[in-house]
Amino acid sequence: MAEHALPAPVGGKFINAVTLSCLVLIAVCVPISFVRYFYGLAAVTNLNDGYPFGIWVVLDVVIGSAFACGGFSVAMLVYIFNKGEYHPLVRPALLGSLFGYTLAGAGVLYDLGRWWNFWHIFWPGYMNFNSVMVEVAVCISLYIVVMWIEFSPTFLEAFGMAERRRKLNKVMFAFIALGTLLPMMHQSSLGSMLLVMGIQIHPLWNTAMLPLLYLLTAITMGYAVVLFESCLSASSYRRKIETHLLTPLAKIMLGFLAVYLAVRIVDLVLRGALGSAFALSLEAVMFWLETACFVLPFFLIGKEAKRRNPANLFLAGITLMLGGALLRINGYLIGYETGGNFNYFPSIWEIIGTAAMFSIEVLGYIYITRRFPVLPREA
Amino acid sequence: MTNRRDFLKGFLAGGTALATATAAEPVCARESHERPPEALGLLYDATLCVGCKACVAACKQANDLPPEFNTVDHLWDTPLDTTAYTFNIIKMYRNGTMEAKDQEENGYSFMKVSCMHCADPSCVSACPVQAMTKNPETGVVGYDADRCIGCRYCVAACPFGIPKFQYDSPTGKIGKCELCRHRTKDGHYSACAEVCPTGATLYGKTSDLLVEAKRRLALKAGTPYKVPRGKLGGPDQSYEGVAGNYLQHVYGETEYGGTQVLKLSGVNFQKVGMPDLPPHAAAALSETIQHTLYGNLVLPFAVLGAMTWAAKRNVAPGDDETKESDHG
Repeated sequence: MAEHALPAPVGGKFINAVTLSCLVLIAVCVPISFVRYFYGLAAVTNLNDGYPFGIWVVLDVVIGSAFACGGFSVAMLVYIFNKGEYHPLVRPALLGSLFGYTLAGAGVLYDLGRWWNFWHIFWPGYMNFNSVMVEVAVCISLYIVVMWIEFSPTFLEAFGMAERRRKLNKVMFAFIALGTLLPMMHQSSLGSMLLVMGIQIHPLWNTAMLPLLYLLTAITMGYAVVLFESCLSASSYRRKIETHLLTPLAKIMLGFLAVYLAVRIVDLVLRGALGSAFALSLEAVMFWLETACFVLPFFLIGKEAKRRNPANLFLAGITLMLGGALLRINGYLIGYETGGNFNYFPSIWEIIGTAAMFSIEVLGYIYITRRFPVLPREA
Repeated sequence: MTNRRDFLKGFLAGGTALATATAAEPVCARESHERPPEALGLLYDATLCVGCKACVAACKQANDLPPEFNTVDHLWDTPLDTTAYTFNIIKMYRNGTMEAKDQEENGYSFMKVSCMHCADPSCVSACPVQAMTKNPETGVVGYDADRCIGCRYCVAACPFGIPKFQYDSPTGKIGKCELCRHRTKDGHYSACAEVCPTGATLYGKTSDLLVEAKRRLALKAGTPYKVPRGKLGGPDQSYEGVAGNYLQHVYGETEYGGTQVLKLSGVNFQKVGMPDLPPHAAAALSETIQHTLYGNLVLPFAVLGAMTWAAKRNVAPGDDETKESDHG
């Protein structure tokens, strides 16, 4: 194992401008929840039969869980590809993933029209194994449990439970293996979910390769989120940026990104769908925007010297997160057309709801990194 | 070092397997399911329809649905499209001077919009909790609200835009035509066909309806023929009519793998609002991909095995521990 700093609590005050704004957003969500649960989805959302999935599904679950792939991507690097040098990145990445997934899972209860029946999706007598959604639901739920177990050493250390910590450590490899398999399964399935919609999905996003495309982007987005989180927490906690880790990590990210772009382009060409990218349509514009976000990182951090610049790493991370988000928004919303005169733009309450969900993540991340050993101790 | 290289090879092999499994699918997706032999359905003949909307009213009554208002005076039921409260409507196509019926230019036509009861329904494939089911004998696509979790994946999946959700209710349900399956025990059948005065909507076994449809297509426009009404094969309510000027296409015969509701029209089906669909169901591709990747959980367990092997090697005991770890 390479020599690296041990995780330690950051300490400091919890209440500041950022956490206060998060708390306000969460507070606004309380009355929204009341209206939603007493008057139905239409009272707070702009959902309709042409767009039955809104941002509470696409942003909170489909994109939210992909943003939460940092833990998966880094753990795969460290424990599967045996790149021990990235070890200090595991805990912070896992923490972000933990919140991302837990909230994506809990957020579904907000969107389900008949939420009191939600357990049917886990009940063998009800489950339909032809439904891709079953795979996604079961897999994400299992993964949430696995991640809490993977992260639990942090709490066990803080509470001085060394014996239990040691016991857990003996079997940790099994949870790590499961924690690598499960995201591969549901992240690819989130792409497969579109296939049953058939011709309603625009040709630019309608391919049997969707599972592979969603999996590859989820992995790259995982690394992008780590770049983003590391830069952000370094600057807000006034810590040293871990450039020695982020620079080589960014190179690995570009590797996965190159594979993704190759698959994406070859698929578009082979299916003869590339032509529709040159039409004068919203879909074509969004496609180029999405593609630009996936290509831009090569210009931002393609050269080793540029990869040493934290500002470039941060920007490349954001661009790639945006690209992955656009791929999903384009598939699920922009490129989805069911016929008839339906329009959808999220209501202010939907936007606040989604913002509040991300706020809970930010709050949780700040609280836990300040109180528990997550980030490496500063020398 | 060799371990890692072996593992990389394994990982790439797995990735290739995933790629080939998914890429090869369009050519080897399972066949679309066929209609059950006793499948029930409707035949809607737009050339016979007079647009009276008796079927719309009867549907509301039979399914105990509230009126929907789209005019200022709120006097009568005026739905503009199917909704979770309107399972069946008659839409109108109009062009130019509208001087002749069933004519694309300067003409008009009607079109019934309701569930097509697909042979291989996307809604049934998509529903995670089997709330949307296809009856193995009648082929009727039914909905069970007690099972439904309200995820609306069926709404998104249907290419005809048929299952619809009650967004305005805190206990919203999906609403769609179930071919009046709740009325068959009293000897009734689909209310829309029961009340149709011209036989434009005809109820019966889909195989019989298809024969009837082809019989009409074979007739020269204007030829007199016996027009059945109500239920095909039921009590004779037929009358003497004349064959319409049909397009040589039975909509629903092959669309999306075939549907149990069939349609005839004089005006292009896309012009009257029916989607242009391929002859295979989307569910066939989606289910094949899913079952290739997850069949008997072979692939997941193989990957899990590889991951466990690698993780066991690479997670040093006490690796993650803050006290002892970093001296090794």
